[in-house]
Amino acid sequence: MASVQAYRSSKKYETFSYLPQMTPEQVRKQIAYALAQGWNPAVEHTERGTPASVSFWYMWKLPMFGEQSVDAVLAEIEACHREFPDHMVRFVAYDNYAQSQGLAFVVYR
Amino acid sequence: MAVKTYSAGVKEYRQTYWTPEYTPLDTDLLAVFKVTPQPGVDREEAAAAVAAESSTGTWTTVWTDLLTDLDYYKGRAYRIEDVPGDDSCFYAYIAYPIDLFEEGSMVNVFTSLVGNVFGFKAVRALRLEDVRFPIAYVKTCGGPPHGIQVERDILNKYGRPLLGCTIKPKLGLSAKNYGRAVYECLRGGLDFTKDDENVNSQPFMRWKQRFDFVMEAVQKAEAETGERKGHYLNVTAPTPEEMYRRAEYAKEIGAPIIMHDYITGGFCANTGLANWCRNNGVLLHLHRAMHAVIDRNPHHGIHFRVLTKIARLSGADHLHTGTVVGKLEGDRQATLGWIDLLRESFVPEDRSRGIFFDQDWGSMPGAFAVASGGIHVWHMPVLLSIFGDDAVFQFGGGTLGHPWGNAAGACANRVALEACVQARNEGRQLEKEGKEILMAAAQHSPELKIAMETWKEIKFEFDVVDKLDVTNK
Repeated sequence: MASVQAYRSSKKYETFSYLPQMTPEQVRKQIAYALAQGWNPAVEHTERGTPASVSFWYMWKLPMFGEQSVDAVLAEIEACHREFPDHMVRFVAYDNYAQSQGLAFVVYR
Repeated sequence: MAVKTYSAGVKEYRQTYWTPEYTPLDTDLLAVFKVTPQPGVDREEAAAAVAAESSTGTWTTVWTDLLTDLDYYKGRAYRIEDVPGDDSCFYAYIAYPIDLFEEGSMVNVFTSLVGNVFGFKAVRALRLEDVRFPIAYVKTCGGPPHGIQVERDILNKYGRPLLGCTIKPKLGLSAKNYGRAVYECLRGGLDFTKDDENVNSQPFMRWKQRFDFVMEAVQKAEAETGERKGHYLNVTAPTPEEMYRRAEYAKEIGAPIIMHDYITGGFCANTGLANWCRNNGVLLHLHRAMHAVIDRNPHHGIHFRVLTKIARLSGADHLHTGTVVGKLEGDRQATLGWIDLLRESFVPEDRSRGIFFDQDWGSMPGAFAVASGGIHVWHMPVLLSIFGDDAVFQFGGGTLGHPWGNAAGACANRVALEACVQARNEGRQLEKEGKEILMAAAQHSPELKIAMETWKEIKFEFDVVDKLDVTNK
C-alpha cells in the first residue's frame, strides 16, 4: 500500500478547474477560441467559497455582444478583478444559437 | 374516378405496389430496405412484396380492398438501387402515407415497418437501413424530455463533454458497497456514475436500498466538490407500474437523472417514461442492450441509425452510441452518422456516413451521445476529436481499475479531459498530438501519470463486422 496515494477532495469550479491556474497567455487563447466560434463574451464574479452549483453569479456590466477583441475582453476581466479583488471571476461565452453557454471557466480562483 | 371491379385470386405484387413513377410527398414516411430475395424472385417483385406486406397488402386479393381507397393507403416501392460491392442484395425505397401510422407511436410505426414482412418467404433476408420521418410526424412525438441545452443548464456543465462511469462488478455488490464506489468516483471529479443495464432489483441488491445509498453518495460528493453530479438510477422493471414506482421514488429523493433499457424495456414503456421525465424534471439516460441482436448482421435486421431515431423520437436525453475506439463494434463514419441523427436539428443525406435521407427534426431537442465500453485515458484525445462536446464519456474499468482507487481514477480522467479540451481550443491537433498533450497534463497530476502507465498498451483493434457499403469491394 506504500505506493498508493490517498485522494483529497476539494472545491472545484467546473471546466478547467482540474488543471493548474492558466497563465495569461493561456487565458487569451481560450477567449480567442470562444470569439472564433461566434459566441458573445461576458464576465461574472462572486464571493470566494460560493459553490460552482450556484447558478447566478454577479454579472459584470453586460455581455459584450459582438465583441471581437480579445484585449477588450481581458480588460473587462481585469477591471472586474480590480474592483472585486476578493472575488472569483469567470469568463462566460454565450452561444445564442444553441441558447446555452458555449464555454465558461474561472479565471481568478 | 375509375370504377374498379372485384376479381378474386393472386396478383403479382408489382401490379399494385411497384410505382417507379411515384414522387414521394413531403408528408410520406420513407424507408430504405436492403433486400436479399430468394433465388428466382426478381427485384421489382421483391421490392413490391416488401411494400405490400409492410403496409396494406396480403397475399391474395380480398373484396374488402374495394371498400377503401387502397391507392391512398398503400405503401409504394418507388426506387431500386444496387448495393455497392454486393450482388446478393439491393436497396428498395418505399414510401408510406402518413395516415398509416398513429401519431407519436414508435410502437405502431415499427409494428408495420418491421412486422410480419421480416419473416416473409419471398425474401431470404431483409434489413431496414434508414427511415425518413416527415417533420409532420416528428411534431407528434415528445422527443427528448429535456435535451442537451437544458441538461447543460441544469447540471452547470459548459464547454466540454461530461464524464461518467458504470459501477462494476456489474452484479453482486451490496447496496452500501455500491454506494461507496459511486461516492469515490464522484468526489474524484466525474459528473455521473451509472447503474449497469442489467442492474434492476435483484436479490443481492434491491432497488430501494441502492437508490438510497447512491443518493447519499451523490449529495456528499456534491457538497465536497461544489459541483453538480448525478447517478443514472436504472428504473427498468418487469412491469410499467413497477417502473413508474421506482421513477417516483428516485424523484422523491432528489435524483437528477434516471435510466431505462429502451429496447428490452420496450418502446411503449420508454415513451411513457420519457413523458413522465418531462413532466417531473428528471433527466433520462437510455441504454441500448439487445441492439446488437438487431443491428449487427449486415443483411438482416434494423440498422442502428434507425434505432437511434426511435430513441430520439420516443424520448432520451442520453443514448449509448458506441465509442469507435473501445471494445464494442462501431465503424467510425457510420457512428458519426448516427451521432448527427441524435444531436443535430437537420441532418442531410450523406451516403459516406450511411445517411440515406435528409432528416429534419424541427425544434425537437437533441440528446447527448454516450461513449462507453473499454475506453481509458489514452483514448481521450481521439474521443474528443470524434464526439466533440455534446457527449458523455464513460470509463468503467478505466476509472475503477486505477491502482489508487476510484477517486484517483476519476481525477485522472477529468484532468485528461480538461487538458484535451484546452489543447483543442488552442488549435492543437488532438489525434496527432494526443500523447504530448496527455504527457504534459500528467506533469501536474500524479493520478493521471499512474493511469497512463497502467493502461498504455490496451487496444481493441478487431475489424468491424458491419461495414458501410459505400465502395465496390
